[in-house]
Amino acid sequence: MNSTELPVWAAWLVVVFAIVGAGFSLTGAFGLIRLRTFYERVHAPTLGATLGMALILMSSMLLLSLIEGRLVLRDALIGVFLTVTTPVTLLLLARAAAQRDRHEGNPDAPPDV
Amino acid sequence: MSATTVLDWGLGFAQGMLVLAMALAAWRMLRGPRAQDRILGLDTLYLNGMLAVVVHGMRTGSGLYFEAALILGMIGFTATVALAKFLMQGEVIQ
Amino acid sequence: MRRLLPYPILSACLASTWLLLNAPLSPGNVLLALSIGLTVPTVMLALRPQAVRVHAPGTLARLAVIVLYDMVRSNIDVARIILGLRRGERRTGFVTIPLDLREPFGIAILSIILTGTPGTLWVQYDSNTGCLLIHVLDYTDGEEWVRRVKDRYERPLMQIFAP
Repeated sequence: MNSTELPVWAAWLVVVFAIVGAGFSLTGAFGLIRLRTFYERVHAPTLGATLGMALILMSSMLLLSLIEGRLVLRDALIGVFLTVTTPVTLLLLARAAAQRDRHEGNPDAPPDV
Repeated sequence: MSATTVLDWGLGFAQGMLVLAMALAAWRMLRGPRAQDRILGLDTLYLNGMLAVVVHGMRTGSGLYFEAALILGMIGFTATVALAKFLMQGEVIQ
Repeated sequence: MRRLLPYPILSACLASTWLLLNAPLSPGNVLLALSIGLTVPTVMLALRPQAVRVHAPGTLARLAVIVLYDMVRSNIDVARIILGLRRGERRTGFVTIPLDLREPFGIAILSIILTGTPGTLWVQYDSNTGCLLIHVLDYTDGEEWVRRVKDRYERPLMQIFAP
């Protein structure tokens, strides 16, 4: 079966998932511009890395499963991989920023643990 | 409206939103103001680029884009970790 | 059994990853997946990774549901903050949480949970004192955040990874 034989409601479902997911990612990137301090901005991309990513991958898995007529869960691997790596990148980045801010004695530097 | 039209327009719209997100991330990467902001911008750029590749794979129906997305995710992770490590200590390999 | 399967969870993860990558389920693929799941963990023995023991599967399932709910809710909260839909004054701040959890796997999962729920950011953890420093985007009351992390996430994790 190819996408021309797909029922219209399924196409709408796939599209809604993809657009809502892309919307969350876009909101996260917009937060990168809009929020004022670095520590606020680090929160913004996690929107795309959690719900945005999950919705887009769900939409992709749904579309592939419907087209191929069997359960295709391959894209879930990207989700697992991102879920495991995002904490590492963000916590390294936050620690680097904290160390620099403390070293320079900035007023918004995090308190000592 | 047929299913193909819905998919084509809807996924194209989602892709446009992701490209806009990439542009915003690139703006933050170019503007800074500090090194950590630039790295954060680069990480977001990678993430949204990867999602855009996934959506492009859905539009073309080709399975090849899955591998591209997976590799983009891995490169983005390695790049950000190396850069953050550099920021922390001034050197990557020690 | 322990000689054959030193790390059962790792074996299961490897086998299912192989099956996911080579999607159509065929006898050949299943055989390959099984052989990878059986052989690769024995190679890992040389690295001596610490084995994971999950004690309370029911608690793990309940924690997964709680985390999924919190992830969706905090995503919507943060999106509202970014788009400026939230009324009233908003403050951000750092919160120090004294953790009782010392199990490395538990702490790794806690970091995934705190990153996976936007609005909380893991900044620093000191393994000597067990103090965790997080940054909160919507800071109302420091005590409330300490209680939330400890009750919602730390206690189930301590049950799951109890030594």
